[in-house]
Amino acid sequence: MNKGRTLGLAASVLLACASLVAHAQGNDTAGRDLAAACAICHGTNGVNAGGLPHLAGQPKDYIVQQLKDFRDGKRPATIMHQIAKGYSDEQYELLGAYFASQTPGRRTK
Amino acid sequence: MSLDRREFLKLMGAGAAAGIMGGCATTRGTAGKSAARVVVIGGGFGGATAAKYIRMWSGGQIDVTLVEPNKQFISCPLSNLVLGGSRTLESLTMGYDGLRAHGVNVVHDVATGVQPDKKRVVLKNGGELAYDRLVVSPGIDFMYDLLPGLNNEQAQQQVLHAWKAGPQTLALRKQLEAMPNGGVYLLSIPKAPYRCPPGPYERICQVANYFKQAKPRSKVLVLDANEDIVSKKGLFLAAWKELYPGLIEYIPSQEAKDVDVATRTVKTEFDSFKGDVLNVLPPMRAGSIAVSAGLITANNRWCGVDWRTMESVAVPNIHVLGDATLSAPAMPKSGSMANNHAKIAASAIVALLTGRQPNPTPIIGNTCYSYVSDREAMHVNSVHRYDPEKKTLVTVPGSGGVSSQRSELEKAYADAWARNIWADMLA
Repeated sequence: MNKGRTLGLAASVLLACASLVAHAQGNDTAGRDLAAACAICHGTNGVNAGGLPHLAGQPKDYIVQQLKDFRDGKRPATIMHQIAKGYSDEQYELLGAYFASQTPGRRTK
Repeated sequence: MSLDRREFLKLMGAGAAAGIMGGCATTRGTAGKSAARVVVIGGGFGGATAAKYIRMWSGGQIDVTLVEPNKQFISCPLSNLVLGGSRTLESLTMGYDGLRAHGVNVVHDVATGVQPDKKRVVLKNGGELAYDRLVVSPGIDFMYDLLPGLNNEQAQQQVLHAWKAGPQTLALRKQLEAMPNGGVYLLSIPKAPYRCPPGPYERICQVANYFKQAKPRSKVLVLDANEDIVSKKGLFLAAWKELYPGLIEYIPSQEAKDVDVATRTVKTEFDSFKGDVLNVLPPMRAGSIAVSAGLITANNRWCGVDWRTMESVAVPNIHVLGDATLSAPAMPKSGSMANNHAKIAASAIVALLTGRQPNPTPIIGNTCYSYVSDREAMHVNSVHRYDPEKKTLVTVPGSGGVSSQRSELEKAYADAWARNIWADMLA
């Protein structure tokens, strides 16, 4: 094993380690778990597989405002007004933050 | 660059020895040991989703093996459209390569037994799989012993259920095509709970839609064991009346007690009904592996779970998903629910296997679309959150509901639901 390769491997291992720590600490699992329920229509991590809006990468404030508008009847809907009433303002914030943190067009990682 | 697990673990060990990764090794607690192992039995809406999400949410650090006998997944949702003639079965059929790309080890075999004390799954072809956590998502099986005339294979090939999408779906479509104009299609619905509460009523619409186009003198005769339409009643009644006038006869409180295959007769407590094509949905229970694994806790049919983790209340380290569970109040047995059960389980399993507490208050939702023709659909939905006092998932007051009316827009949304949930579980 030459020196360059060793350094490369060490960097890879550190990256993998950082990823493990992030998963182990679970900083965003509350938002992640809430958002996962949306995937059945809006796609895994908010990246839509076709036919409905992408949520991944939308600004947090936009997502939160849409949910409030659905809930309050300000934005017409067939179904979202019923779903939005199932969540609190605090949960809207978590959902908005999670989808805003996702990469558009990157369905899974 | 990519590392396989063996290389990764070797490096983890080397790194820890060199003192550059001590924190990481401590956090994970399994460095130097083999990765945690999860086995998933059943590759449907529950099991496939669980397999993908455990890989995704563990950052690929938990080994996942999926045991599923079928080489391809065929969706039950939308399969009524094959009976109606507006979809092909091929369009509902998908492979498991997407899960393999997530690193899931897909094994096409049958799980014949579980040894909870040894934490092992026994496979039909002789092998065994060890697990730290097991996910059982077996769907439903039919209780043919409650219908003596159907309790043999030959009878079951003539009187179909088509309630598991696949060859039976195509066979029932062929029976409908062979039926003469003026014939009677008889659908027998079992008492709730059964898989897909609105499914039978959607099927009535789809068969009526086919008759209206191809053999308008025919009739749909419905024997419902329930006292009334179980789901989306007002919307279905409106669709039947406005789209299929004179084609549908619906009789409630008629539970099938037996079937005479030779005379094509369904017997209820006091009456007998004949049809040209019989479609009998037998009473249902959790898939048979749930029985042999000792997971059945309610009415000899369903598996009780802790809704915070989906862990069985009967056997530790085993999580049960989907139609096989003893449903929480007002929770349907649906593909959407199974998918979201899987996410509760995946979150909890990843937490438990990495030394963290599971989410104490999960929230999930259900959305079920029903296609009332080849052009229009409608929905029911609900939001379910964990109630620590009641120790179950309850619907959030004021949330959920049904469509204000069936529409072409909701048909487009139903198609989008299908594309997205299939991708969410398999891509």
